[in-house]
Amino acid sequence: MAVAYLHDFEKPIAELEDEIANLEKLASRSPADLSANIQSLRERSLALKREIYAKLTPWQRVQVARDPNRPLFTDYLNALVEDFVELHGDRAYGDDKAIVTGFGRIGQQKVMIVGHKRGKTTAERVQCNFGSPHPEGYRKALLKMQLAEKCHVPVVCFINTAGAYPGIGAEERGQAQAIARNLFEMSRLRTPIVCLVIGEGGSGGALGIGVGDRLAILENAYFSVISPEGCAAILWKDGGKAPQAAQVLKLAPKDLLALGIVDEIVPEPVGGAHHAPEAATQLVKAAILRMLEELVTVPIPELVERRYARHRRIGRFLEGEAAKVYFESTIAQASARAQAKAVKEAGKEPAAAATNAPREAITPASAGPAAGAPPLVAGSPPATAVTSAPAVHAAPVPAAPVAPAASALPPNPPTTPNPPASAPAGAEPSTATKENAGAVSPGPVQSVQRHA
Amino acid sequence: MAWDGLKKFVFRRKRDLPEGLWMKCDDCDALIYKKAVEERVKTCPQCNFHFPMTGPERLQLLLDPGSFQERWDDLTPADPLSFVAVTAYKDKLAEAQLQTGLRDAAIVGTGTLHSRPLVFGVTDSRFIMGSMGSVVGEKITRAAELAAAEKLPLIIVSGSGGGARMYEGCLSLMQMAKTSAAIARLHDAGGFFISILTHPTMAGVMASFAALGDIVIAEPKALIGFTGPRVIEQTIKQELPKGFQRAEFMLEHGFVDLILERQRMRDELAKILNYLP
Ligand SMILES: [Zn+2]
Repeated sequence: MAVAYLHDFEKPIAELEDEIANLEKLASRSPADLSANIQSLRERSLALKREIYAKLTPWQRVQVARDPNRPLFTDYLNALVEDFVELHGDRAYGDDKAIVTGFGRIGQQKVMIVGHKRGKTTAERVQCNFGSPHPEGYRKALLKMQLAEKCHVPVVCFINTAGAYPGIGAEERGQAQAIARNLFEMSRLRTPIVCLVIGEGGSGGALGIGVGDRLAILENAYFSVISPEGCAAILWKDGGKAPQAAQVLKLAPKDLLALGIVDEIVPEPVGGAHHAPEAATQLVKAAILRMLEELVTVPIPELVERRYARHRRIGRFLEGEAAKVYFESTIAQASARAQAKAVKEAGKEPAAAATNAPREAITPASAGPAAGAPPLVAGSPPATAVTSAPAVHAAPVPAAPVAPAASALPPNPPTTPNPPASAPAGAEPSTATKENAGAVSPGPVQSVQRHA
Repeated sequence: MAWDGLKKFVFRRKRDLPEGLWMKCDDCDALIYKKAVEERVKTCPQCNFHFPMTGPERLQLLLDPGSFQERWDDLTPADPLSFVAVTAYKDKLAEAQLQTGLRDAAIVGTGTLHSRPLVFGVTDSRFIMGSMGSVVGEKITRAAELAAAEKLPLIIVSGSGGGARMYEGCLSLMQMAKTSAAIARLHDAGGFFISILTHPTMAGVMASFAALGDIVIAEPKALIGFTGPRVIEQTIKQELPKGFQRAEFMLEHGFVDLILERQRMRDELAKILNYLP
């Protein structure tokens, strides 16, 4: 029985499939031979699926990754892991149901399985927090991975989470610490680690079991530093702009491959894993076995060395002459923009214009000092000694100079405090110092707001 | 008059102490005399809240005068995703660069503290909230590698509300893995890492290198955690307990070795460094 087509972009497929179903019904009652017609419609449907799925936008792919009918970790576990022995608990606090761990066998290969469990029924979903782990989940995963190391058994991680759980208990028990510790230990674990994103790769919560020798991703999964909704809430102050956010975040498998973040994309059956779970399972099994085969023969020191190098090279930035050229051109453009804006504002507020401040144009060379920082960074050659002033409070604080009127006695406070300076357009929202905007992304959808 | 307007544009950011003689404390809401705040090294005379310091200020606070030698100051962020939303990341970078004189949020290098040589790094929260993108991740990683190679202790002062920088997508996320792996290597090489957490250190920075110190030190009242308090509040639909995710809370729950006030941090660090081999 085929699963429902839930997404708008699947509508043409759904209509064609309905037509096929009707024709099949008719064929069963009619003496006429309709098999040729049915066959041709099926071919059309397949072609249509292929065409539609090839052109999914990043946001549509996020929808597929979250499709409730999509195979979950437990489906893959049941379908491709034999002799599974679940091992519970973190030996410290409890047994987090959002991460399942245990020994198992894939084909002939013994492995340690680690995966995010999201739950099939409502009761299950509540029990495992919809796949959002607590610190004890990450600690359980680490403990079992260390057991695998001891047993010389590779680790296979199935990643599918919207993010680590945001709650009081999670913070009290060290969510950040637990994830950091996993990154630290996984980077040097002396056994092969294969990680596969099968649905949602939600930031730090995903990465917490995502550091390995291989990071692969299913064709219709995604991996992102922040949920599209969270990103939209921060940038547009509107979670409804998630489709645009999905676009700019480059969270789709092809983008991730191009950026060197994932090593490979595991193909799904035409129309997505949720429409052919058995075929999807076989594709996943083949990919995991192949990756393991490539890894198990590598001597452990070399394996760990390569794993370090794999993560070490991730990142894009400029250095040396290229950096200099780029920096100077962008900073020149920016100072031109700032000056234009300043001129405009000065026109509006003539009172603000008269002081003895040096009338120095901001140029690339003077950008550093002019911006109030000591000239140690922008434009200075490498390894320049920085002369520090002895008194700490004499640090070059880029605030307004102390008013000359300030005497031994502080003046009376004004009746109304200074209004906070308004942020220029495009500044981070909610950057009040007592808050944390990157991680704080206001919005209505709780399960998708997390950010590493 | 362009300069005056520009100065205003450049300086009047809410991260800086606001203009005028008086300011409102972010934490206790008291109206405080700004000069008093400056004299106490940017701390509140009423409640001892430690306001964010800039990277250069932090260098002056902790290192011996003139000892700091910056490394890799040419590393420049490159907008790898061509990220354009309401504003372009490129413009945001340029604005932050213009405002701070930094190319990105991290400053790393070598220096001495009470004459003891070490590798030192700091993230500047004025620069896109001290968030970690490719440049910050690379600099922290190089600092850890340098510390391992030169057998020097590593001290990193973190101040990042932003965590992993959204504008570089998963490249930022993966800096968490990269920096953590570098700290693991330093550890395996027998090196020492002292992580100092300042207000605020959250999300991807706290869930990677900042949490991995052999010794973890926090400034009083600093907000430290994984998920931001507002998201937690929205998720669980209840008010958070007072002091939640503050340095004292983190100490109480066993995630911080000690809380050090800014004024005595240099001397206390020297005491700790004396115990390292
Ligand atoms: Zn205060």
